[in-house]
Amino acid sequence: MLFLELYIFVLAGFVGYMVITRVPPLLHTPLMSATNAISGISLVGSLVAAGSHRSSVATILGFVAVVCATTNIVGGFLITDRMLKMFRRDDPKAKSSAEPK
Amino acid sequence: MRDTLTQLSYVLAAVLFILGLRSLTRPDKARQGMQLAAVGMLFAICGTLIHHEIVDYRWIAGGLVLGAIIGYPLGMWVPTTALPQRIAMSLSFGALASVLVGVSEYYNALHGVGETIGMARMAALGFEVLLGSLTVTGALIAFGKLQEILPGRPLTFPGQNIANGLLFLIAFALLVLVIIDPTRSTAFYSMIALATLLGVLMVIPIGGADMPVVVALLNSYCGLAAAATGFALGNSILIISGSLDGASGFLLSILMSKAMNRSFSNVLFGAFGGGAPAAAVGAGGALPVRAISAEDAAIQLAYASRVIIVPGYGMAVAQAQHQVRELAELIEKRGGEVKYAIHPVAGRMPGHMNVLLAEANVPYDRLYDMEEINGEFPQTDVALVIGANDVVNPAAREDKSSPIYGMPILDVDKAKTVIVLKRGMAAGFAGIENMLFHAPATSMLFGDAKASLSKLVSEVKAA
Repeated sequence: MLFLELYIFVLAGFVGYMVITRVPPLLHTPLMSATNAISGISLVGSLVAAGSHRSSVATILGFVAVVCATTNIVGGFLITDRMLKMFRRDDPKAKSSAEPK
Repeated sequence: MRDTLTQLSYVLAAVLFILGLRSLTRPDKARQGMQLAAVGMLFAICGTLIHHEIVDYRWIAGGLVLGAIIGYPLGMWVPTTALPQRIAMSLSFGALASVLVGVSEYYNALHGVGETIGMARMAALGFEVLLGSLTVTGALIAFGKLQEILPGRPLTFPGQNIANGLLFLIAFALLVLVIIDPTRSTAFYSMIALATLLGVLMVIPIGGADMPVVVALLNSYCGLAAAATGFALGNSILIISGSLDGASGFLLSILMSKAMNRSFSNVLFGAFGGGAPAAAVGAGGALPVRAISAEDAAIQLAYASRVIIVPGYGMAVAQAQHQVRELAELIEKRGGEVKYAIHPVAGRMPGHMNVLLAEANVPYDRLYDMEEINGEFPQTDVALVIGANDVVNPAAREDKSSPIYGMPILDVDKAKTVIVLKRGMAAGFAGIENMLFHAPATSMLFGDAKASLSKLVSEVKAA
């Protein structure tokens, strides 16, 4: 089972590397906030810790973890969307001097 | 049945996350792709909520609501100029979530209410907590520096690297100890304390302009901690997302270091600009500087046919991006051509300038990377440098004794004329004299970037 997980880790790392190499510097800040939002997936671990009712320590720690992870997910996806919304191409009608690119 | 549904939701989430990141290779498709990724996240969360181990939803509901309440303003209200510190803060949050999950797993196992810990699982938990705690405080310090609660200059003391190295070795030894015998809870908690301290000590000596590398690196650590959580819990979606995050942060930090022509270790242990920058600065006073009035600068700009604008951190500090766009539009209206040259490490985080200019409604096809635009400076009538310094310092190309020698720069000095907007003659972050400011083709327009640009705008209008 451990080796299966190692395979997943290594392969996902490769996929990530391949995909992210092609992200232009233009979008590096949205990339950071996007990966930040995605890493909020640690929420799935926090949910189990907060809800499995094994010990009150785990429940409290899990609760704080749920707050942190949810903050990242909500804030991260919203801010990424807000940024991406701002990126726009030149409006071809408005200016004739714009060079094709 | 329920477990199957959970697993299926994770597979779907993994696919949508990767597609979302892939969409970031195309600015026009990026928004849609990231919205899909958010849907993937929703699936994963719903899939987890039906997990058989969850028996009590009260704390979960409270946490989700509270997190959403805190997260909304952090997403919608934070101004773009504050993005670097905003990202540093969320890295700290993310790492904290990993640490807390790790500690609660460990606590449960120790008190016999969770799964027992084998060596492999303990190793994963240990790594998660070690990396996580280090990131929590490291990112907090980065946040403090970027928010200017803490001084941005490097804070160093003699023997710092040795002390940090020793601390790390001790923390690592404790980790090994806990892996061999998971019941040694004192070692486990001491390791957390040491890692927390180490996070502070590692980031404190790093200066403001090196923050892009640090933030990217912390991003990578945060991802690796999440992946380790996945190993500890046997949860594949955590492993996949953590790995993606880790790869992204790692790649960005390599790109940033390259753009400064410095190795990783140099950024992390070098404390650039903190040691002995005085030698290069001393001669500065005697060199000629040509100051220019806003009126004269406006006339040069108004009659230029090719203008390249080079924004730097100074533009972000003055929040002058809207004035920049206004000026550019005026020049274009008069028939001039305006392009923007973006150095990869301009600002305090990867892509910082791009976001600021996009916010000011500058179309992204006017923003050019360093390699794309460097050949065009010789045909440029006016290069307008706004609050950038080290990234346009010709010493990086010419002066072998310069600390920044070899760093790729924007060849602004090759333009026919250069106008530099700057608050004063203070040296840049690296503490190095910039010969560009003394070149015969360069004139300096002193003052706050925003005020200077507003003056330029009204003068160009009148010209």
